[in-house]
Amino acid sequence: METTDGRAAEGGRRQPLRFHVPEPKCRPGSAPDLADIRLPQARLPRPPVDTSSDQLHEYAYGLVRVLGDDHRASGDWDPGLTPDFLRKGLRSMLLTRLYDQRMLRAQRTGKTSFYMQCTGEEAIAVAQAMALEPDDMCFPSYRQQGLLIARGWSLVDMMCQVLNNSGDRMKGRQLPVMYSAKEASFFTISGNLGTQFIQAVGWAMASAYKGDTRLAAAWVGDGTTAEADFHYALTFAAVYRVPVLLNVVNNQWAISSFQGIAGGEVTTFAARAIGYGLPGLRVDGNDFLAVCAATRWAIARARAGFGATVLEFYTYRAAAHSSSDDPSGYRPEGEAALWPLGDPIERLKQHLVAAGEWSEEQHAALTAELTETIKAAGKEAESFGTLGGKASSPRTMFDDVFKELPQHLRRQRQQLGY
Amino acid sequence: MPSMTMIQALNSAMDVMLERDPDVLVFGEDVGYFGGVFRCTAGLQKKYGHTRVFDTPIAEGGIVGAAVGMGAYGLRPVVEIQFADYIYPAMDQLTSEAARLRYRSGGEFTAPITVRTPCGGGIYGGQTHSQSPEAIFTHVCGLKTVMPSNPYDAKGLLIAAIEDDDPVIFFEPKRLYNGPFDGHHDRPVKPWAGHPMGEVPEGYYRIPLGQAAVLRPGAALTLLCYGTMVHVALAAVAESGIDAEVIDLRTLVPLDLDTIEASVRKTGRCVIVHEATRTGGFGAELSAQVQETCFSHLEAPIERITGWDTPYPLAHEWHYFPGPARVGEALKRVMEF
Repeated sequence: METTDGRAAEGGRRQPLRFHVPEPKCRPGSAPDLADIRLPQARLPRPPVDTSSDQLHEYAYGLVRVLGDDHRASGDWDPGLTPDFLRKGLRSMLLTRLYDQRMLRAQRTGKTSFYMQCTGEEAIAVAQAMALEPDDMCFPSYRQQGLLIARGWSLVDMMCQVLNNSGDRMKGRQLPVMYSAKEASFFTISGNLGTQFIQAVGWAMASAYKGDTRLAAAWVGDGTTAEADFHYALTFAAVYRVPVLLNVVNNQWAISSFQGIAGGEVTTFAARAIGYGLPGLRVDGNDFLAVCAATRWAIARARAGFGATVLEFYTYRAAAHSSSDDPSGYRPEGEAALWPLGDPIERLKQHLVAAGEWSEEQHAALTAELTETIKAAGKEAESFGTLGGKASSPRTMFDDVFKELPQHLRRQRQQLGY
Repeated sequence: MPSMTMIQALNSAMDVMLERDPDVLVFGEDVGYFGGVFRCTAGLQKKYGHTRVFDTPIAEGGIVGAAVGMGAYGLRPVVEIQFADYIYPAMDQLTSEAARLRYRSGGEFTAPITVRTPCGGGIYGGQTHSQSPEAIFTHVCGLKTVMPSNPYDAKGLLIAAIEDDDPVIFFEPKRLYNGPFDGHHDRPVKPWAGHPMGEVPEGYYRIPLGQAAVLRPGAALTLLCYGTMVHVALAAVAESGIDAEVIDLRTLVPLDLDTIEASVRKTGRCVIVHEATRTGGFGAELSAQVQETCFSHLEAPIERITGWDTPYPLAHEWHYFPGPARVGEALKRVMEF
């Protein structure tokens, strides 16, 4: 079709339009293949924390790493952690994994309705908890149980919430794993994804307004970066230069949707930060040292008044999304084992072994000790009841809707017989 | 006692609370330097500084989400959503987050936030500047819902809302901002000056949430209303000559059921007026409550006079707006039943 302004000459005949639906390279029935994942070979230097965000663009596309294939730390991102610090991190990661295993068994045996593991992602929550101060406020998603464990929160308390028993401080109102622990500076978890991202920004603004020293940190998955709250958070954080850490855990899967559906096929999640004028760092999420180093950098930046940092932790969700999920329905078997960045616990263990600070025997002994710790906590938690057994009184159902019980709720409680 | 418009009364409420409590912050679109598109926050930034009263990006979900985080920290943010029609992007933060923080955390975290928003029509605002979405919020467990009808109440209720430890949605009928409006759009607009409800103390006072006001005692029927419709109802009663008891609900959640019940049991008849659309409107809830608690006292069916089940049409808004003529006809129907 000819047009008088020459459009036909540029584009020829008008073609039917198309759109693209991203698909992962492999599905069940085919061999897993992660060959397309190319890890940057060049090590990016650790920039000064006052570096302007527009000088940091390459960090959004690169990968902050400290541990090499030889399990040795190198490069100027090496945070120089002491062996004691590393052994403490290893202990918390291992405890988190054993806790997950025990709670998944509790679900499989009908003691609770639901559970979510963080297998393969333990380094993120544990290393970040250890980099943050104990009173920095965390706004976690449902896969950061390692924050509580690294902060030494009561395992029994966590288990009671999972079991929805009479010891559950949330009084049986929340889905298991939706913990709340104000004393541990751990914000109540929402099942609505991403909502806490902008709340963390507001909390950090409040902290700054009051002249407090406490930071806020928030976590979302790769899929949740598509939610409006993610973009609200980055806008407000940039506009008001808010002291907050905005963490994206890119574990490759949002239930059955691979990260390309959230926009990860065309760019990185750390690169989202660039358009907002924030620094965005992509970090090896299975490298305890790299997670700690990048988090410390973002903390130093925030404390020095330079505002927020977006941290994308590149990792792999080794287990199912939840106890209700079966990943064999959407991804090839054995894919997790091929993850090129390995297992975070194994990597930290090998690093310590390579440094002469740990041994297989010590690791076996620690595993046995922590298994007993989890077992004892499990027994104690179950003494408060399991799902469908002892629980809080139905009378408590009407508490906490408002600070004071209004007339209509009092009437409804009486109708129920309480 | 000085005379204030509702805009001045709201401004005075925020001024009083900013003065009294350093944990009170005010923010929203255009509320800082400019003082808000309706000027409700005029002068507050200059008086209290840029970190207490400030402008925000155009992101209602962000405004409320940030307020929830501030509330969880321990502040008492007062945010403005420029028009109630724009509150929907903030619904998730309001309904899933602010409303439930206390509940889901077993009382550990709370959101003592106040969300102010101008609502209602009658200003030729078309279907995106005229809505009254209050019923949506009354359905959400954990939110308090307020709509004043005059400057005196507006100030006292807003102070109570800011001091409340639960999240409050505070609807401001913008048709009342500058004067009482009884639905007679073809007559000159009356000012608040000289109106008894426009006399507002300059200092601190509060009107507790959950207490209705009996504006006009009567024996023949009970007329339940709130916001702009209070003035329409009073006009309809005056013009019809029916001895109706007019109750301004002021707070929809928590609802002052005792005052409603006592009135309907006395009069035996009930008419409900609101500007919002009919189906699923708050009138349906009021009707059900009256039926459940006062059925044996009723001598006529309960009537609802409301906006129609259409979006608010700009060119036809006076056909949409429940004016005194429509309310008066309902009063007569109920009396003649």
